[in-house]
Amino acid sequence: MIETRKFDTKVQVLKYKVLRQVARLAWNDELVNVVDIPKMIVPGKIPTMRCCVYKERAILAERVKLAMGGDKSNPNVIEVIDIACDECPIGGYEVSTACRGCLAHRCESACRKGAITFDANHTAYIDKDKCVECGACAKVCPYSAIVNHKRPCENACKIKAISMNEDKAAYIDNNKCIQCGACVYQCPFGAIMDKSYILEVINILKESDYSHKNKVYAVIAPSISSQFIYAKLGQVISGIKALGFYAVVEAALGADMVAYEEAKELAEKGFLTSSCCPAFVEYTQKQFPKLKQHISTNLSPAATISKYIKETEPGAKIIFIGPCTAKKAEYKKPQLREYVDSTITFEELQALFDSREIDISSLEEDVLDNASYYGRIFARSGGLCDAVAQALKERGINDFELKAVPCDGIEECRTALLKASKNVLDGNFIEGMACTGGCIGGAGCLIHGDKSKADVDKYGREAYEKTISDSISVLNK
Amino acid sequence: MKITICIGSSCHLKGSRQVVETLRSLIEQNDLKDKIELGGVFCMGKCQQGVCVTVDGEFFSVTPDTVKTFFRDNVQAKL
Repeated sequence: MIETRKFDTKVQVLKYKVLRQVARLAWNDELVNVVDIPKMIVPGKIPTMRCCVYKERAILAERVKLAMGGDKSNPNVIEVIDIACDECPIGGYEVSTACRGCLAHRCESACRKGAITFDANHTAYIDKDKCVECGACAKVCPYSAIVNHKRPCENACKIKAISMNEDKAAYIDNNKCIQCGACVYQCPFGAIMDKSYILEVINILKESDYSHKNKVYAVIAPSISSQFIYAKLGQVISGIKALGFYAVVEAALGADMVAYEEAKELAEKGFLTSSCCPAFVEYTQKQFPKLKQHISTNLSPAATISKYIKETEPGAKIIFIGPCTAKKAEYKKPQLREYVDSTITFEELQALFDSREIDISSLEEDVLDNASYYGRIFARSGGLCDAVAQALKERGINDFELKAVPCDGIEECRTALLKASKNVLDGNFIEGMACTGGCIGGAGCLIHGDKSKADVDKYGREAYEKTISDSISVLNK
Repeated sequence: MKITICIGSSCHLKGSRQVVETLRSLIEQNDLKDKIELGGVFCMGKCQQGVCVTVDGEFFSVTPDTVKTFFRDNVQAKL
């Protein structure tokens, strides 16, 4: 099965099939027949995922809507498909049938709230009025008989933007949500999905007559080096051009530009929080408004390089391709709208390739080399801190001592921001990455593997330019 | 006069940075900053002939080794 080689989960495969089908019809101007798509994906009468084919198709119809841009009245890029939500139990810690009614009662001893009692069969029981969900009992049970019934979406959402609505389906609080997509990747039923702008991209390419009338550039995130592992990176570049893009440019060059400017701004201001991760920026703005003034004034790397391309190539259109769902919200912001024309994820790029029957593993290898090692390692946690340290050195700023705080995942970000808001943070630069591991853990990645970080570092070392100054010197800025 | 150098991946690997840097220093040495504008562009669509350079729209194929001659014959001579 070629699909499972490309993705981590079957949910991604299903989403991909919908995107691919929508794209196929769009290229051929046949999107009038969208109501037929669910039946194309689930033919016949035997259900493969749900209780019946009719429910499967009803849910697929919702996925088709999201693949076509989703609910326009909802500003959030992330949407719940409520009929797909399995309404998982939310009981918290509960004793399962694996409880043997043993003599030791470690669970009882471990519980500091006295919440555990035993019935006539000596089976443990948790009194929910007393339980504080600490999990101490579950840790000590020799049979692992105590399980935590927590919804995967709520568990994934560390900023607590997901709760349950009156129908027991997942509900996203748009005032809290930072559109990182953690829930999208974690929901085992695929009930939470990111809106797709593939139709926008297909239209831009078609209107440009595949870059013959005006040039369409792909700006690609450095995390691409950990993706498409069944092919060479050079073949991915060829594939992007085969779709009709004029050229492919590394967002990592924008990262080099950002690191160089950020170092200066940091030395001048004395304290900064990074602006690369749109989900982290949104989190800071929503939850720590007092720290807003400390957010780096630099545009994100993708926006920075896109701005440069737009300035040097009037009439160019720019599509950002990355691992990130929050980027889909970022490019629609007024201050970025003129630089980036649309945004898609690696998942969606895979669907676009296959909608055009482009087998990248059979293509010639093209080249990709615009950025330095430092710009490229932005894709993983800690990379930005390393780059800013390097930029300070290259700029000869010696009278400022960098105390970087790399935050891997939104929980670490929260801790650092909380400390900063109380003036007790031991550091002067917060690198915030909402996804665990950095961009390589993004919800729009095809795969999220242990090797991803090593792949990014390897790609960094392969860069032709070894320093930030050398990399940005061609820009003549 | 406007000189545009391709800084796309293919030309970059063939030495567009060295070409840009040499041109920049030649412009400074010859005190031509007011007369010449240097610019970069990602890909001119002629990757085989890189490093691709245009002078007021006219195309030239330049390498780090030929950039000085190029500057003398096609830039200084035309000013």
